[in-house]
Amino acid sequence: MPGLRTIAAVAAGKAARVVTKARGGGSAFPGLVAERVDPRVLAHALERVHDGIVVVSGTNGKTTTTKMLVAILRGHGRTVFTNPTGSNFTRGVISALLGEVGPSGRLADDLAVLELDEAHALHFAAAVAPTHALLLNVARDQLDRFAEIDHTAKLLASLAESVTTGLVLNRDDAFVARIGGDAKSTVRVRYFGVDQVIAHRLPELQEQDVRFGEDVVVPPAGDGDALLRPLDEHRFEVLLGPEGSAGVVGPLELKQRGLAAMINATAATEMARMLLGSAFDPAAAVRALAEVTAPFGRGEVIDVGGSTLELVLVKNPAGFTVALSTYGSTPVATMIAINDNYADGRDVSWLYDVSFASLRERGVALTSGVRAYDMALRLQYDDVAVEAVEPDLDLALDRFLSANRGEPARIFCTYTAMMALRRTLAARFDLPAFGEEAS
Amino acid sequence: MSAGADVSDGAEMNAAASKGEVHVVHLYPREMSIYGDLGNTRTMVSRLRRHGYTPVLHDHHPGAEFPEHTHLVLGGGGQDSGQARVEEDLAVIGPRLTALAAAGTPMLMICGMYQLFGNAFVTVEGARLPGLGILDVTTQGNAKRMIGPVVMSTDFGDVVGYENHSGSTRLGAGQAAFGAVRAGFGNNGDDGTEGARTGNVFGTYLHGPILPSNPAFADALLSYAVPLATGDAFQPEALDDTFADEARTRQVRRLVAAGR
Repeated sequence: MPGLRTIAAVAAGKAARVVTKARGGGSAFPGLVAERVDPRVLAHALERVHDGIVVVSGTNGKTTTTKMLVAILRGHGRTVFTNPTGSNFTRGVISALLGEVGPSGRLADDLAVLELDEAHALHFAAAVAPTHALLLNVARDQLDRFAEIDHTAKLLASLAESVTTGLVLNRDDAFVARIGGDAKSTVRVRYFGVDQVIAHRLPELQEQDVRFGEDVVVPPAGDGDALLRPLDEHRFEVLLGPEGSAGVVGPLELKQRGLAAMINATAATEMARMLLGSAFDPAAAVRALAEVTAPFGRGEVIDVGGSTLELVLVKNPAGFTVALSTYGSTPVATMIAINDNYADGRDVSWLYDVSFASLRERGVALTSGVRAYDMALRLQYDDVAVEAVEPDLDLALDRFLSANRGEPARIFCTYTAMMALRRTLAARFDLPAFGEEAS
Repeated sequence: MSAGADVSDGAEMNAAASKGEVHVVHLYPREMSIYGDLGNTRTMVSRLRRHGYTPVLHDHHPGAEFPEHTHLVLGGGGQDSGQARVEEDLAVIGPRLTALAAAGTPMLMICGMYQLFGNAFVTVEGARLPGLGILDVTTQGNAKRMIGPVVMSTDFGDVVGYENHSGSTRLGAGQAAFGAVRAGFGNNGDDGTEGARTGNVFGTYLHGPILPSNPAFADALLSYAVPLATGDAFQPEALDDTFADEARTRQVRRLVAAGR
């Protein structure tokens, strides 16, 4: 029997969820209510999840990778609980749980796959020990919250220590790969990474680890590891073991573009393989990955009265650089919206660690958001022409859409700017409600 | 490192039309340039070009020989691990930097490099790590971090930026500050000072990066560098700084009105 306090917590959280949904916003609010009532609500809810409690963490690609991993597991017939809203804080997990659990407060799924940022992953691990963790990368992100990259790397290392069964690590990210050497002997460690043929493209995705004089030594890829080998701009294979000695997943093509998405698919494949063991079926993985749509705001394509508008979330230098290289090959009308609220990172210095040269050819139609002028200034120093600056997001959006009617357009935006734009777009173009996925 | 450090584009300048070469040295761009401080270098190179000079950029890495021609020196903030990796080299090039500073060479040192240009950094545990002593300041390691946007008054008007440091810095008797804080913490959060200035050497905690949004300060540094490079006074062109001025005055309005 669940304790009275837990039942009260679930009921209170559910009530808040209804209220919040009616108001049409804020995916983390109901969780906040439940967490106040009973901090053990998480441990209790996950008590009967037997095949794995998996945490996906790292700076970039959490939402996409989580979505891919869930798709592969479901493609193998497993039931999976996840936090699909990109609300990657502990409270977001509780919010999502409340939508799933019955009055007992316990989940009936085979697996839980949770996307958590580095700091909240530790909060979560303090309440529930994850069986597995998939650690993607460490990059400069919201330094005012985490203070330093080294600190972020330490958070991930602590998370890895709390894991009971298995770790999947990025062998190409020195901060993450290093963690493998410190893992308990009872924890299985596997790696994902890229094949030699594209190793030269890694620097554009990564931070430099200057903590140590020597490079981290990662063991050579073994049969348990997975390597990405792109075939062209869109198609790729995941080699299981060196040269595919243990099998090949693919060739396949994703709906989301770019190298970063291919690496995320490789990471998800490797984690699924560890979780499923001999039940892992490469053909099922290919089918599942091919159907995954870009998560909300991560290259999401919106139909705005007959033409397409892409919303691309940017939050740190590595992510913005990848976004520009992914989309830069097809220049379209571009707007950039930069806010500096807490969730965006209050310091906008990082914009100077991104090269905007790829936007020079077409220029930028508008900059917007609280730091619209700082963005325009940044572009000026890269010799990118800026047609107009409009700090007000709604005014900027209207102006941008009407000036480019019938043409494809793209908005790069920070988190809270994206949320505000998405809300306005949802109201005008009848999009799925906030934080929900179109099915 | 992500992003192309595409700042060495001075070569495009028509040599005949140039008002002269100005050599800019960026100290430790790998280890000490974590919060966008590369933007300061980018700004100096770009403004030199737009003012009609030919910028020559030198990236100085640990263990390398210090460039012979040096008219402006820039250094950024780093993590503790980055600082540990440059200390040895800094001891080697220290006498050269001290001589350049005494000769009036403009220098801008941000955050970690500001601390290393002071007398010492005293860790939370009480260990005293000596600095170059070019600025008469001493920094005490702190458990609390001072983080957030800053507005201050300086000899160059309002200056805006963003601070993120755990060190708490005190000015020696007679050491001038760089600015007076109007919003934010500054050197230590209680005496209202920000940064330090001795001659043409400036230390500050301000990222942002500081130079793009504060062009009056950027051009002041160039006005000190150009005579050393060319023997003539700085002859600026009229540049369009509308975006920088809008960005800065908006931050001032927003932060000073709100008390941050």
